Amino acid sequence: MPAVSKGDGMRGLAVFISDIRNCKSKEAEIKRINKELANIRSKFKGDKALDGYSKKKYVCKLLFIFLLGHDIDFGHMEAVNLLSSNKYTEKQIGYLFISVLVNSNSELIRLINNAIKNDLSSRNPTFMCLALHCIANVGSREMAEAFAGEIPRILVAGDTMDSVKQSAALCLLRLYKASPDLVLMGEWTSRVVHLLNDQHMGVVTAAISLITCLSQKNPDEFKTCVSLAVSRLSRIVSSASTDLQDYTYYFVPAPWLSCKLLRLLQCYPPPEDGAVKGRLVECLETILNKAQEPPKSKKVQHSNAKNAILFEAISLIIHYDSEPNLLVRACNQLGQFLQHRETNLRYLALESMCTLASSEFSHEAVKTHIETVINALKTERDVSVRQRAADLLYAMCDRSNAKQIVAEMLSYLETADYSIREEMVLKVAILAEKYAVDYSWYVDTILNLIRIAGDYVSEEVWYRVIQIVINRDDVQGYAAKTVFEALQAPACHENMVKVGGYILGEFGNLIAGDPRSSPLVQFNLLHSKFHLCSVPTRALLLSAYIKFINLFPETKATIQEVLRSDSQIRNSDVELQQRAVEYLKLSSIASTDVLATVLEEMPPFPERESSILAKLKKKKGPGVVPVSELEDGKREGGELNGGGDRGPDSAMSASNASTPSPSADLLGLRSAAPVSAAAPSAGSLLVDVFSESGAGGPAAAVNDDGFLRDLEPPTETSDTLLVEAPGDSDSVPPSAASEDLAPPLPEADELLNKFVCKNNGVLFENQLLQIGIKSEYRQNLGRMYLFYGNKTSVQFASFSTTVSYPGELQSHILTPLPLNVQTKPVEPLVEGGAQVQQVLNIECITDFSEAPQLNIKFRYGGALQNITLKLPVTINKFFQPTEMAATDFFQRWKQLSQPQQEAQKIFKANHGMDTEVLKAKLLGLGTALLENVDPNPENYVCAGVVQTKSQQVGVLLRLEPNAQAQMYRLTLRSSKDTVSKRLCDLLAEQF
Amino acid sequence: MMHFLLLFSRQGRLRLQKWFTPTPEREKKKIIRDMTAMVLARKPKTCNFLHWMDLKVVYKRYASLFFCLAIDDQENELLALEILHRYVELLDKYFGNVCELDIIFNFEKAYFILDEFLIGGEVQETSKQTVARCIEASDMLQETMEEYMSKPAF
Repeated sequence: MPAVSKGDGMRGLAVFISDIRNCKSKEAEIKRINKELANIRSKFKGDKALDGYSKKKYVCKLLFIFLLGHDIDFGHMEAVNLLSSNKYTEKQIGYLFISVLVNSNSELIRLINNAIKNDLSSRNPTFMCLALHCIANVGSREMAEAFAGEIPRILVAGDTMDSVKQSAALCLLRLYKASPDLVLMGEWTSRVVHLLNDQHMGVVTAAISLITCLSQKNPDEFKTCVSLAVSRLSRIVSSASTDLQDYTYYFVPAPWLSCKLLRLLQCYPPPEDGAVKGRLVECLETILNKAQEPPKSKKVQHSNAKNAILFEAISLIIHYDSEPNLLVRACNQLGQFLQHRETNLRYLALESMCTLASSEFSHEAVKTHIETVINALKTERDVSVRQRAADLLYAMCDRSNAKQIVAEMLSYLETADYSIREEMVLKVAILAEKYAVDYSWYVDTILNLIRIAGDYVSEEVWYRVIQIVINRDDVQGYAAKTVFEALQAPACHENMVKVGGYILGEFGNLIAGDPRSSPLVQFNLLHSKFHLCSVPTRALLLSAYIKFINLFPETKATIQEVLRSDSQIRNSDVELQQRAVEYLKLSSIASTDVLATVLEEMPPFPERESSILAKLKKKKGPGVVPVSELEDGKREGGELNGGGDRGPDSAMSASNASTPSPSADLLGLRSAAPVSAAAPSAGSLLVDVFSESGAGGPAAAVNDDGFLRDLEPPTETSDTLLVEAPGDSDSVPPSAASEDLAPPLPEADELLNKFVCKNNGVLFENQLLQIGIKSEYRQNLGRMYLFYGNKTSVQFASFSTTVSYPGELQSHILTPLPLNVQTKPVEPLVEGGAQVQQVLNIECITDFSEAPQLNIKFRYGGALQNITLKLPVTINKFFQPTEMAATDFFQRWKQLSQPQQEAQKIFKANHGMDTEVLKAKLLGLGTALLENVDPNPENYVCAGVVQTKSQQVGVLLRLEPNAQAQMYRLTLRSSKDTVSKRLCDLLAEQF
Repeated sequence: MMHFLLLFSRQGRLRLQKWFTPTPEREKKKIIRDMTAMVLARKPKTCNFLHWMDLKVVYKRYASLFFCLAIDDQENELLALEILHRYVELLDKYFGNVCELDIIFNFEKAYFILDEFLIGGEVQETSKQTVARCIEASDMLQETMEEYMSKPAF
């Protein structure tokens, strides 16, 4: 048994503790404890009144037992009795027991509060401190109710001892944090603030914690503390290391107080008073200067205390974010720490630089340390330091260094600790998307991500890559090729199979020309993974298979055989079985046209905030990724996915009721819940499809739950097909047939011409109505959002719109219409000032000259309004730009030399002939503007392919301006005369 | 502010626990388990700071004892490290070459010293002399060694 060093000790307690320590087993220990508990219980219950010492000893034993981890349910009353003892040691143990074993018994609390009250008014500073410590330790609401009024009085009274003031300040802080409503500072505010001037450093140190907390909550009431804090700080910073006697810690003057002062200043903006601000900047500079001075001691305590102040000063500089000079100095200082031999400093420097990276003044300075940070990521032995390095790389990433940083993070992922992999994956995915300039890089990065850390790639990440590939036609071929290659690895992650299945199902045709990736090879490759995959992946693969049947009729027999096999059609999983049955049926009874419609390529996804970013935000809390950066990411992400002016406005898609809800159901694998709600409409589409092929009843029944809908964009399932699908036009749409439509407005063509080179804008406006348009096109598909705004304050009644194709009623019923436009009816009532929206899904079947017509009818105050406009859907909307070299261009130009392939017009300039405007228009047209092709630099040449469902038409364009004559010569050559002619007519109006 | 301070041995035996915010007993036990597991798993010469939930954990080993302090996210880690050091110095000054056994047998003293140094999760007094004086003064109010030896040993 060790000697008790000083003064009091409780021999009985020491013996007991020694007994416990000598116990050989847990059981022996418990036995010994139970024996002691029984002993104490009997003493407490005994008739003989216990003396103070015994009470103290037993209470202390109970405390010890409790701290060993055993429950204690008695002894509270004895502890409370000790509080009223006159003996200090007894009182002290009583308070300790109460503090550690807080009890909510209200009778006890009343007794405790009484004892505290007595001690607070005892004027004995030692007793007062004990009482205050107890209040601070317990900090319950009952205590706040009892003492919140008394403590501020003690704190500011002139005759209170310093040590009591210190306890009172922190006690009050504790009560304020627990029950802010009960602590009313009002009249005490200014006296509390002036504690910053107190002679006693200990009082200031304690008081400043209280003041900081109160300032955060009521900055205005406490703002006088700023100048006091600055002058106090200035005095400390400029003092010699010995001036402050015992408040100097390892040659650093008052490090705790300095840090607290700097922290307090971070509750406020930079001081407005020039003199105060000057003094503060001086302090900050002094602190930065001191960091360069040789250390006054080799002890780590010295450098820790000194650097604690330095980091706090840097935090303040970052908080102000207004002194470029200080920010850059701070950054340089942290840069030095990045290579410091102390791991702690490297860690803190990395952490602190993260916040510096978000300041515009220091972002560039932070970037200069990229190599050091990458090195830290590679070589630090401590995972928490590597984690900070990864955070910093993420924070300093921008367009200029994204490729390097993403590559480094990817290579780090191969060996990264499991604990941080998921977060790393999210970060890589976000950076790759945010800073992607070319999308093949983006696709490579994500596929690498799946390859390296497939298990940690969450759904959001692979949903996102598919969304982007679907929305960006320039990367689809590359994506198909890359996934095809990735799938050839002998062991590839299931997430890779999902991405591969989806992309090949959509775009496998783009690589099918190569015999090494012929349709059957693609199918066999996918199917070789099938048996190793989970049910959701298998379901996805089945959908890819049926898409293959549509893309590659030659695979039909093979795939049908797979679907027909027992392992599919009798699969014990309901979802798989149903898919197999339905796809088999669909592929055998539907005609090619129907198949092509049902299994059409996915239309672009509406743009929305990256779900990955949301996930990272949730994972890390808002602190890690600054809000501005999040918004930034959102904006850039939107721009990136939409691609220039084709990008749908995110607000628009958010309000578009017919778009699917966020990416959770991107692939519709969770078919049950989201789908059942939409089942009726999905069903009706299928009824149409199958009734046409003479198998309506049973097919519709099978498809009752409508999961096929998930395969297809929801818009394909619209109830009303205002313009019938090709080959399905034997039933004339009633709305178009039975009502007389006004002829197009005289200005309809002019309005149409405004939209040849742009996709968004106001199509029409009169005193009653405004119609706005947003549209996007991809290959032979388009989506147009119409916004009908009621400009009056009166309701429009019987509001209806009809889209029709001119002459459709007269056209031969077996000849498909060139455009297939689908939409849903709008609400018949449009309130005054309100706007309604309508979405049109447009498919270009074959080339066309006439624009579809939009008829709007409504009653305004009894008068029927009947307006017909031309919808700005022109053949050039289905252009895909084609880049080519000069030799290619002229070779093709020559190939299209037959007279009917060319259309030419010479016309006078209607607008200015500014080069940039012309270029913008030609780009808006949708073709590629080819530089350095035409021998005459004044001329413009463009190339593109018009995508229609039935064929693709290559188009070459040459525009020769003559500035002197203010004339143009426009020549178009294409493989189809109608296309050349129509484009020539349209374009002649544009320049 | 500070949230809790734990002292535990290399074997994970808890020697002192101080909670500056009200925490249910069940959660305390869980935190103690988490902290000991987390800190004891750290390799030597790694940094002394960890992120845990939304708090920072600063720990340091002194001989056989780990001192582990949880602080708010905006608090200064280096200074927290020095809070631990100052507490060790205070214990050392009081016990004279403090060792783990001193803390085991005089746990109540360890608590009293801590109370003089920190209150409600904030630093009350950083001066070593002042704290030591307070403890001395309270010891003066206690029994003498002779009195101690005459006490019953049960």
